[in-house]
Amino acid sequence: MTRALINVPAKAKRGQIIAIKTLISHTMETGFRYTTTGERKPRNIIHTFVATYNGEEIFRAEFYPAMSANPFLTFHTVATESGTIAFHWTGDNGFSATEQAKITVE
Amino acid sequence: MRDSMDALETTRRELLLAGTLMLAGAAAPVMIRRAGATPAAMKAEIAKLVGEAKITQGKVKLDIPPLVENGNTVPCTVSVDSPMTPADHAKAIHVFNEKNPQPNVISCYFGPRAGRATVATRLRLADTQNVVAIAELSDGSFWSASVEVIITLGACLEDNLI
Repeated sequence: MTRALINVPAKAKRGQIIAIKTLISHTMETGFRYTTTGERKPRNIIHTFVATYNGEEIFRAEFYPAMSANPFLTFHTVATESGTIAFHWTGDNGFSATEQAKITVE
Repeated sequence: MRDSMDALETTRRELLLAGTLMLAGAAAPVMIRRAGATPAAMKAEIAKLVGEAKITQGKVKLDIPPLVENGNTVPCTVSVDSPMTPADHAKAIHVFNEKNPQPNVISCYFGPRAGRATVATRLRLADTQNVVAIAELSDGSFWSASVEVIITLGACLEDNLI
């Protein structure tokens, strides 16, 4: 089971710049490592992350094997209206995870 | 007697030296296998991204501790000096490295809705190397910053412990 931690302020003033922190549990196997028997471990990483604010994309990132395990990201957005901020991760071997957070804008 | 002792001493010293050289020789192929990307590969990857455009130093701030103990999680913050208005904003931030198996680390895309062109994340670094951050602005210009990071224990080196 994938575990994701999201940190979005519950309340914000209109026009305020808020920081969003996300962390998801994933090994991010690089595909450059070998087992003790000399076989190459296949790549298994999260390659795309997208954040949407009430359905509109606000942030997108492409990950490469040089990202550390359990990828952590901090980014910002302007609090425009109350609603939902959704986060979506896609990766190798059909990996997919979605989380969302509610925000109230005054 | 004394002469023969001296002779013995020299041989032992030579033996030790020879042993050290052999060890170094044995380690070299392993190092070659691990070093995938080179500064040239990084430059090629950056050239692919920016095309003909000119990259200027400045506007980008790359925050990485200069001395890192564990290359598996290296905290990194990239911020771009930009007003983030619809007319003038940062469109993307790319991070590259010189000595990991691949030159790319992360590419982030955003627009004026971001409010602040700052991204923080954690990287893997295989060796002591330069890390380069490149920002693409809405007017099509590219800006960069580079930091040399010293790694005590590189990522991907724990192969035998798996």
